[in-house]
Amino acid sequence: MAIFYILLIFMVIAAIIAVETKDLLSSVICLGAVGFGSSVMFVFLRAPDIAITQIVVEVLSLIILIRAIIARDLTFITGDREFFGVVISVVIIFIIFLAGVKVFETLPAFGTTIFEKLPGVAAETYLKKGLADTGAANIIAAIILDYRGYDTLGEATVLFTSIVGATVLMREKGKKLLEDIDK
Amino acid sequence: MKGMTIIVKTIASWVKVLIFLFGISIVLFGHLTPGGGFAGGVILASSYVLLMLAFGREFVEKNLSLPAASKIDCLGAFLFALIAILGFVFGGVFFVNYLVKYSQPLRLISAGTIPLSNIAIGIKVGASLFLVVLTLSIFRLRQSTDKKE
Repeated sequence: MAIFYILLIFMVIAAIIAVETKDLLSSVICLGAVGFGSSVMFVFLRAPDIAITQIVVEVLSLIILIRAIIARDLTFITGDREFFGVVISVVIIFIIFLAGVKVFETLPAFGTTIFEKLPGVAAETYLKKGLADTGAANIIAAIILDYRGYDTLGEATVLFTSIVGATVLMREKGKKLLEDIDK
Repeated sequence: MKGMTIIVKTIASWVKVLIFLFGISIVLFGHLTPGGGFAGGVILASSYVLLMLAFGREFVEKNLSLPAASKIDCLGAFLFALIAILGFVFGGVFFVNYLVKYSQPLRLISAGTIPLSNIAIGIKVGASLFLVVLTLSIFRLRQSTDKKE
């Protein structure tokens, strides 16, 4: 478990650097460190599905972000912050931290399933009857494509709508541009 | 010469096939091993993004143009909805897994409609993430030509 906490501290430090650094490119690289750290973390938490998704999405979004940063001039975030604003944000973060501690106390211990504490929840049905109901050895696939099929349909619709919107918005200007280049 | 150096081009032309095959295997075995439609689709898209970074946008558009990618995107979404509607036709409930009783678990062809849905989602996610990068690249081109003016 020691490596788990080392990874956690590494991710927290990288996230702080990503927020506080003035160089946009190193901020994006620190963001990538947080993302890859969390994907390793998912492997330790025995969630390989999420780890695979996290790592491939992280790679693709890093490529997009770095291309977007290299394309434009490097901008530096400057300007001094007022003392009052810092105090307010520290107090709010501390209150959220206390609330988070209270929430984590109600969670079951690490490695135990939730239905030992709360019998009859949906996860119990999924784990006990998943293979018989759906025939899928991967319980994640059984949940997202069989038990929770509507969720996946909604997710696919959101992705589809965003792509349609983006291509429609950029189509006309892109077409004109390509014609200009051909000339 | 568009794209990156000859070292990157050579490596990319070897690795692209492996990445694409890995994406297909992640999609097809999604109901048996970790993975699934979304993760596999992102890997399929990233093989094309690698080609786009190494060889330039024109090379990729010869293989998979923007209208063709849109059509593949629509096809994936339509297939996924069709599988759900077929559940209503054969099983009586929208999204019901009506093929599960014809198959044994732990085989490649098992779990009824789940692998079919995985394939549909893989096609959809791959095409749409490829479209995101392609559209952003065209958009970036516009910004750079605006600057020259």
